Amino acid sequence: MSTFDVSSSTPAAGRRRADSASPPASTVPTRRNTELALLAFAVAIPVLAYANVGLAIDGSLPTGMLGYGLGMAVLAGIAHLVTRRFAPYADPLLLPLATLLNGLGVVMIWRLDKAGGLLRNNFPAAANQLMWSGLGVALFIGVVVLLKDHRILQRYTYISMVVALVLLAAPAFFPSRAEDFGAKIWIRFGSFSIQPGEFAKIILTVFFAGFLMVKKDALALASRKFMGLYLPRGRDLGPIILVWLLSILILVFETDLGTSFLFFGLFVVMLYVATERTSWIVFGLLMSFGGAAVVATTESHVKTRINAWLDPMAAFSPHPPAQSSEQIGQTLMALGSGGTTGTGLGQGRSWLIQFAAKSDFILGSFGEELGLTGLMALFMVYALIVQRGLRTALAARDPFGKLLAVGLTSAFALQVFVVAGGVTGLIPLTGMTMPFLAQGGSSVVANWMLIAVLLKISDTARRPAAEPATAIPEPTRPDQIPGASS
Amino acid sequence: MNKPIRRVSIFCLLLVLALMLRVNWVQGVQGSAWAANSHNERVKYDRYAYPRGNIIAGGQAVTKSDFVNGLRYKYKRSWVDGAMYAPVTGYSSQAYDSSQLEKLEDGVLSGTDSRLFFRNTLDMLTGKPKQGGDVVTTIDPKTQKAAYDALGNRKGAAVAIDPRTGAILALVSTPSYDPSTFAGGSAADTKAWTDLNNDPNKPLLNRALRETYPPGSTFKLITAATAFETGKYKNPTDATDTPNPYILPGTSTELKNASSDEPCEKATVQDAMDLSCNTVFGKMGADLGRDALRAQAEKFGFNNDHLDVPIRPSASYYPKGSSPDGTALDAIGQHDTRATPLQMAMVAAAICNNGSLMEPYLVAQERSARDVISTHSEHQLSQAVSPATAQKLQQLMESVVQNGTGKNAKIPNATVGGKTGTAQHGQDNTGLPFAWFVSYAKGADGKQVAVAVVVEDGAADRNEISGGSLAAPIAKSVMQAALGR
Repeated sequence: MSTFDVSSSTPAAGRRRADSASPPASTVPTRRNTELALLAFAVAIPVLAYANVGLAIDGSLPTGMLGYGLGMAVLAGIAHLVTRRFAPYADPLLLPLATLLNGLGVVMIWRLDKAGGLLRNNFPAAANQLMWSGLGVALFIGVVVLLKDHRILQRYTYISMVVALVLLAAPAFFPSRAEDFGAKIWIRFGSFSIQPGEFAKIILTVFFAGFLMVKKDALALASRKFMGLYLPRGRDLGPIILVWLLSILILVFETDLGTSFLFFGLFVVMLYVATERTSWIVFGLLMSFGGAAVVATTESHVKTRINAWLDPMAAFSPHPPAQSSEQIGQTLMALGSGGTTGTGLGQGRSWLIQFAAKSDFILGSFGEELGLTGLMALFMVYALIVQRGLRTALAARDPFGKLLAVGLTSAFALQVFVVAGGVTGLIPLTGMTMPFLAQGGSSVVANWMLIAVLLKISDTARRPAAEPATAIPEPTRPDQIPGASS
Repeated sequence: MNKPIRRVSIFCLLLVLALMLRVNWVQGVQGSAWAANSHNERVKYDRYAYPRGNIIAGGQAVTKSDFVNGLRYKYKRSWVDGAMYAPVTGYSSQAYDSSQLEKLEDGVLSGTDSRLFFRNTLDMLTGKPKQGGDVVTTIDPKTQKAAYDALGNRKGAAVAIDPRTGAILALVSTPSYDPSTFAGGSAADTKAWTDLNNDPNKPLLNRALRETYPPGSTFKLITAATAFETGKYKNPTDATDTPNPYILPGTSTELKNASSDEPCEKATVQDAMDLSCNTVFGKMGADLGRDALRAQAEKFGFNNDHLDVPIRPSASYYPKGSSPDGTALDAIGQHDTRATPLQMAMVAAAICNNGSLMEPYLVAQERSARDVISTHSEHQLSQAVSPATAQKLQQLMESVVQNGTGKNAKIPNATVGGKTGTAQHGQDNTGLPFAWFVSYAKGADGKQVAVAVVVEDGAADRNEISGGSLAAPIAKSVMQAALGR
């Protein structure tokens, strides 16, 4: 599968492929009504959850319920109409699933706002989160409307690289605050702050996809066999190693282990998909173990995290180790107290998690108030998003689209795993936000954009050929790609 | 490219599967352990999230649950006559955990006991508000109050038991504390708690159960019991072969009596008990030997460290390896012998109940908000002495009250038996002695009560302290109250 014409050889894509022999466009269902019906649920569930919190805490329906419900319905409705108009063949599940998670996240943040003084430094954040969600949906709409075809992004391969590196490096030049726990991942302008890593995730994926599409044959074929593994030539590998090294270095200096792991995982997955060489997995694992070992022994910040993972209750001892935090222990107790069915929304005491209860640790609140049942449902929703994303990658007809879809989806999946695994004590904790659920404007906006790009790719993939998606000519050889001057 | 994409897809599903397994492990398998973790503050908040059940004495609740609607705590515990009942109820504080019945019966009181699971689930389904269960104690409020009032400002303890059942009718320790003063978490509560802990009189100490004293002459009952049980003496009227002065075996130390002109030389067992002759019972103990004495003491409950009532008392102690002179002193309740007031009440109860020692208990019933969960069933702890020996010991004790050192405990129209004790303690016995009175009373209507009183009155004049003058009147008030007079 080393040619560009990939889709024709795969049954999944071939089934839908609209070549000269394909049925007329009208027979390919757009599934827009499915999306609309699902959206109705995705709006109704958070609104009911919102009512549930109000009834549990105040004994009455929250006054903002109508506004919240209408706001969500209008945002989701506009997003749906725009999709219907500009991406009619898009995947019908992605928008409702993202809406559901976003809505539930806002409800939980509002619920924690209601904990008042029980939560240290508790500033009301739900309204802000709602505003950011609105901006996220606006950008989602912007991407769906303006990005005529995802292959346009291919033109910006190297610009993307530069932008991603600048975004990643930027926080190192801004002072970090004490409550950031040593992680330098924010850019601040007064009270306004953004987390550029969230955007870098998407932009770096664009670069990897563009670069690998051009280089994949060279990487896969022009290699030497060494000890049963295919080693690529240095000049093919060079740029990627360089980017990887730079991003790792930047992240080590900013002490943000999670994003570092995320980018590295993304890099390995995309290399593997592009080259179909299992040897990349072996390289990836070796490099990640090596990197992890080095970082873990040199960075006190990382060491602290690992110790907290091995013994989450150490922070509760009379003489807790330096820099230790009760967060993981508190989260585990919140999860345990929630049990199978949970305490019910508004009836738990997850404010005991205190620091980052609304952001990184919001899963603890879900686990306590919705129980194991709720967490399993949330993980199912995330799994569905990931599977729809990878399905889009399978269905995509162009290698750039495939790589981009795989990259964005893997980044999303890895982030979910790293955050949820860290919070539940499965792996050492790394500071990252749970996509859509957690408080944080950058995260919500970036993830809405990610979903928008996936939607566009899925639209192009399912669109019958009789109805051309775009006027730009499909590049047939690497040297025709603007910017790819290798 | 599709083959690797499918593999990536499987890999991503495995990641989600790992997360799912993890939360199943944490919330399902380990869930209850995390929920009950000692660092989990929810346990505290839950205890006061809805009305806590009550501790009941004589049909009346001696506890309350006040709705305070705080941020963390919805309810707060308070007590009726808190200081009087504190040795029974213990405390239940938002900031300082809980103790005694409040702690041991927390499952029932807070409604989390597994036996309440079915009812709780039913209540949840029918929408009834959650409510803790009640704990019914054996305490008789009149007897309790009599004991508390009689001890007054003195430092000491009193225990009253129904000899026939083992039911604890009164359990008093003074000075006491009002648990209501530190039931919350405010600055005032903190101050009250700190003050109580720093108080040199140790008001938080439950002297009736958790403090052991040298039993002094009251232990002579056990020495006499051993003598009758082993056949050394047949009857109270048997003369003993006690010399005067009596030199402790293997030493040149003379064991003295309370006063040198008491006719203790070759006294009968009865006379020796009436006069509380140290020489007679010291020699009797040395002759009987440490093992016989220990065996008898253990039948009365000594050296038993799990006599839970359900509050666990400190173990009363009869030593193992005393030398013969030590055994002579052990036999008169000095040297290494230690006993709780509860233990000495059990001795009197066993003698009163014809030698059968009933297991003492404080909780008669546990109830849910609607029905009874458990009822205590009485049972014999041991046959401490034979009925015949018990009769002889009763004869001795009744004589002590009629003719001897215990005259202050006489009650009209009731048969009262008792034994005084004035226990030396401290370095070279320089501490102010403890005054003991151990007694039982049988009313004409068949009512019975066994009582032990100890007064550690440090304020009184040394010469004034004696079981007969200080402790006997207190025991008398308690017995009168228990017999309903």
